[in-house]
Amino acid sequence: MRRITWERVVAILLISPSVLAIAIFVYGFIAFTAFASLTRWDRLLPDFTLVGFSNYQKLFANQRFQIDLRNTVGFTILFLIACLAIGFLLAFLLDQRIRGEGFFRSIYLFPMAISFIVTGVVWRWLLNPGNPELGATGVNLLFEKMGLGFLKWGWFTDPVVWHIPPDTLVGQALQQVGLGVLTTPAVGVSAGVVSLVLAATWQMSGYTMALYLAGLRGIPDELREAARVDGASELQILWHIIIPLLRPITLSAIIILGHISLKIYDLVVAMTGPGIGFSTDVPAFFMWDTTFRGNHFARGASIAVVLLVMVAVLIIPYLVWSTRSEAEL
Amino acid sequence: MKKLFNLTIIAVLLLTLIPVAVSAQGPVTCQEEVVVQKDDWLSKYADKYFGNVFAWPAIMALHNQAAQADPAKFPNKIVNADLIEVGWTICIPTAEEADAFLATYDPNKPEMLYAKGAGGQLVVGSWWTAGGEAEGLAGLFRIYNELYPDVEIVNATVAGGAGTNFKAVLATRLLGGDPPDTFQLHAGLEVETYSPEQYLEPVDDIYASEGLEEVFPPDLLSLLKYKDHYWGVPVNIHRSNVLWYNKAVFEANGLTPPTTFEEFQQVAEALQAAGIQPFVMGTKDGWEAAHVFEDVLAGTLGAEAYKGLWTGETSWTDPKVTEALENFKMMLSYANDDHPALTWDGAGEYLIGGKGGMMIMGDWTDGWFTSKGFSGYGWAPPPGTDGIFVALSDSFALPNNAPNRENAINWLKVVGSKEGQEAFNPQKGSICARTDCDPALFNEYLQSAMVDWSQDAIVPSVVHGAAAVESWLTDYKDIITLFVTSGDVAGTQTALQQACVDAGVCQ
Repeated sequence: MRRITWERVVAILLISPSVLAIAIFVYGFIAFTAFASLTRWDRLLPDFTLVGFSNYQKLFANQRFQIDLRNTVGFTILFLIACLAIGFLLAFLLDQRIRGEGFFRSIYLFPMAISFIVTGVVWRWLLNPGNPELGATGVNLLFEKMGLGFLKWGWFTDPVVWHIPPDTLVGQALQQVGLGVLTTPAVGVSAGVVSLVLAATWQMSGYTMALYLAGLRGIPDELREAARVDGASELQILWHIIIPLLRPITLSAIIILGHISLKIYDLVVAMTGPGIGFSTDVPAFFMWDTTFRGNHFARGASIAVVLLVMVAVLIIPYLVWSTRSEAEL
Repeated sequence: MKKLFNLTIIAVLLLTLIPVAVSAQGPVTCQEEVVVQKDDWLSKYADKYFGNVFAWPAIMALHNQAAQADPAKFPNKIVNADLIEVGWTICIPTAEEADAFLATYDPNKPEMLYAKGAGGQLVVGSWWTAGGEAEGLAGLFRIYNELYPDVEIVNATVAGGAGTNFKAVLATRLLGGDPPDTFQLHAGLEVETYSPEQYLEPVDDIYASEGLEEVFPPDLLSLLKYKDHYWGVPVNIHRSNVLWYNKAVFEANGLTPPTTFEEFQQVAEALQAAGIQPFVMGTKDGWEAAHVFEDVLAGTLGAEAYKGLWTGETSWTDPKVTEALENFKMMLSYANDDHPALTWDGAGEYLIGGKGGMMIMGDWTDGWFTSKGFSGYGWAPPPGTDGIFVALSDSFALPNNAPNRENAINWLKVVGSKEGQEAFNPQKGSICARTDCDPALFNEYLQSAMVDWSQDAIVPSVVHGAAAVESWLTDYKDIITLFVTSGDVAGTQTALQQACVDAGVCQ
């Protein structure tokens, strides 16, 4: 047992207000939300009759929420792949000791400084398909002017949901093994989500680039030299030396981008709203809509808890892993 | 346990309500009396005298107090912050008084900007901020002012979001025990949202003293009653179930408006063959498809069974509901492909341009057509709803602890009066809730609606807050939004039944 000194008392006194504030305003409210999700609070006025987990049961049976989960998963996967691929490519190119590197670095990084609301509004205009009377607008207009008119389409106003077609070989095989559900639109990606991914990737790939660039700079040249001496080609160096050494960076990037995409709300609000047949609806938007428009406070609280669990599944192993590696240092 | 949590909630609410001292109505000292010149406005004065454009509320409030105290010196009160006239004399308060006012000013409480008349104030909350609605409200104010000249009327409107923004402000004020004197409310079950037993005062006495039970149709009266009391006085009636059609298109193809769903299909086929979009709608805002479907429900089930859906007497698993969904699906197959990108008025352009045949929308469409200079439209009840009036209505309610309760009661009397309704409705483009208004004041469409209103079976609109509580309504809208893209009749019916169970109406 350590001795209680005056300094320790002062230190504890000094941090206690913020500890208290966080305890109440973060963890206290998380606890209250979790409690509210178990009640029958379905009006403006609170009704704290406990109903067990029936709100969750109903929530997962709710068609809109099922679509929201599909959208979130689709968005997260596409957004992660796109950001990591583009981010790594940009970082790799910038790492070739080119002239004006700082200039390019800033250009790629700048979109991250903008809020998702602004990004959403701009991309809403860019991807607005236009209408028959006034003609095409935004990107569609660009396609038209470049003679690529056949590429024009409805972007986020197109209700299509891409999924594995049940009549193809893969689809039939899946049905045979009892996984027919994988061939329905319930497991698919809507055109609206793809449009959202475009905007989000534009904003966050520069940030991923910065992460990777820092990682690449951290790889000692001796390792590459040694590989070259051993007769490895540049492609082999990339594959066997650089990418494995960047694994911690990739993990950090996945965590950071992943929790952004699970919680995405502002981009959706500014860009598309819930979309056609909820093609761009996400849990966070549904949570806001159902709580503050529909007065379903208990249901809103359950969505909040589901979101918290989803993010926690991603974050907690990372926190454990990073505290452990800190301890090892 | 429950009590403890309620106490916690109350404690938190109390903490957020930093008590606002009522600014003393003592004499205001003016540091200067300015005469309004061309291109002057309140923020400009605020900037000039206080170096802060956001200090305009202090000038408005303190000038109004000065004008109340000394009408000879300041004959013009500022009623609208955006409107001061050249030649008015405005009292600019001292910086100290302005600071003292701003320290207590709450933008959610516009009554702070107005003087207190000899008869006190009347704070009227609504979301009618523009166009015919605002003009109609001004008409009601005029009548009230003639009857009660001592009372200062405060027009506490909150713009935007079809009332959502207003409702948010209202909920805060009600929960905080600091309500306006009276506020706008959709007649019907929307009242349940505000826990009337706790927050509102029944207005049965006004119905008795003004003889309102004799002049409102019995169907409306039963719709207004919640837990055996009246909670508001309706000022107008809109009709949800109207089928609008392009007369020239129908004449050219020798068609008449369909009265049954079979006829609808025949008419739609004929229109399609003629290269015209048979049925148009816009579903961008998420409620329009649900609006059409409520009329399909009423048309398929009939008035009594439709009403029963919202009270639990008719089951949502009834085969008739299946039939209604099938009918709706059939209608959707004739609808324009771009409906998800259009609002209802965007879809209405199809009708104006002669490219579309029919549209189902509430009777505000009449005013919209008129504003567009389009007169070639006809109207009929949608299939199956002849003799049924799917109604929605705006009413005014009386909160508990209204600061100026007497004035509010007088306001409700004006709202329910023949004179008041005749001043309001022709401007708003709706009909009177009373059956004794003078038809000569209304246009051709509204006159026909008045006839139907006095003789049809009246059923409540769900999308517009009359038939179900807000929480059920949002679920219903979500389900229909999904149905429009999925077309899944069985799944939708199950979901509708589940929504009814969730609402606590079905078992």
